[in-house]
Amino acid sequence: MPVMDGRELRIVGFLCNWCSYGGADTAGVARFDQPTDLRIVRLPCTGRMDPLFVIKALLSGADGVLVSGCHPRDCHYSEGNFYARRRLEVLKQFLPVTGIDPERFEYTWVSASEGQKWQEVVTKFTERIHTLGPAPVIADAAERLKAANLG
Amino acid sequence: MSRLDTLKEQIRKALPDLDLVIGWERGFDPFHATPFHIKEEADIDRLIFDATCVHNLASFLTGLAGKKVGVVVKGCDSRTVVQLIQEKLIDRESVVIFGLPCTGVLDKAKLKAAVDLTRVSALDVDGDTVRITSGDETVEKDLKDLQATKCDSCKYPNPLEFDHLAGKPVEPHGDEAVQYDRIKAFEDTPVEERFDFWVGEMDRCIRCYACRNACPLCVCRDHCIGDSRDPHWLSQETDIRNKWMFQLIHAMHLAGRCTECGECERACPMDIPVLMFKKKLSSIVKDLFNYESGVDPTAVPPLFTFQVDEETINERGW
Repeated sequence: MPVMDGRELRIVGFLCNWCSYGGADTAGVARFDQPTDLRIVRLPCTGRMDPLFVIKALLSGADGVLVSGCHPRDCHYSEGNFYARRRLEVLKQFLPVTGIDPERFEYTWVSASEGQKWQEVVTKFTERIHTLGPAPVIADAAERLKAANLG
Repeated sequence: MSRLDTLKEQIRKALPDLDLVIGWERGFDPFHATPFHIKEEADIDRLIFDATCVHNLASFLTGLAGKKVGVVVKGCDSRTVVQLIQEKLIDRESVVIFGLPCTGVLDKAKLKAAVDLTRVSALDVDGDTVRITSGDETVEKDLKDLQATKCDSCKYPNPLEFDHLAGKPVEPHGDEAVQYDRIKAFEDTPVEERFDFWVGEMDRCIRCYACRNACPLCVCRDHCIGDSRDPHWLSQETDIRNKWMFQLIHAMHLAGRCTECGECERACPMDIPVLMFKKKLSSIVKDLFNYESGVDPTAVPPLFTFQVDEETINERGW
């Protein structure tokens, strides 16, 4: 589906199958109003999250990336989200030096029963991304630099 | 007996039990050293050690698995060896470490900026003075101005792990506090400027992969995901996005592992400051997990483990 110009941004959500995907489902079944900017990628567990997924998405034109999984201690596989927490926290703090706005990335925990919380998370994150606006485009920056070098 | 003579003597004694010893020999001109494999006793005379010995020889170790290898290391290089042992990538028993206390190595880019290198016939380092002879003219420079940036904040001039140590341990001469200054100043600039900065830097990248090939901890060799078609992380296009992505893959794969030897930045023919990424990751890991890579052979790297309650990670409440 093409992005509706100006009204919708591209947000990629990585959700774990057992909690947050279920939570999003619960929110849907309960017919909570949600923004439609988020496109979901379902993962078996947040332990599957390679921080490079986030970087790849952000460099490839995503305006925001949201990762959500089971609450710590509630992982279906016992410890997947413990590893994820360390990796994602390192990534969150690493983004500033890479020139990518760390506000465009967030991770959180939502369980399968927390439909209401899921609605809140999606709404807040989408609002945040809309405040930031579309992500900077590499080709535009390259043009700018070229112009500055010539001028 | 000089430090080099002691080292040669130690290698001479150990060589019969080893397949080879990795050291440095003089390169094609007085300010280049080149890595060198000592296989027989006659080779030992070619061994050198001075401020031009910049290479981290631990890079060779993972490629020589199955052999009994000796390696000559400076303080910073020894951290890499420790890290490789920590990750069980090399076997401590099959490596003999010849340690050398180090007083700093030269940065070729700084040297090039300071003197015209085309006619240099001799270069020697005496304490803190670098004496460069070109033709019949000799100039003296302060080593502090010409040494690699990593040496400015060097905390470990002495090898942390060794079987033989040549020469007396030296006092740390770097100022550790300044090591993150460059990054802090960079992070204080607006995010748009930082984005443009990296776009400009990555535009210059020629994707030669010298940074990866020089990296002693890039151990995947032929299985690097940067070369793989499945998964297809990077395309063959030479656009900025692919080059940037490659650098970030390299950096993320070194999170909590990088020993900041600076080989990536030294090897870069385009002088892209890629070490900044790795320095930042090391400082994050230090803050979050109070961990320094390549210091303790028995420690578990922080991303290989976890704690149920992370004291330093703020549970992101919404």
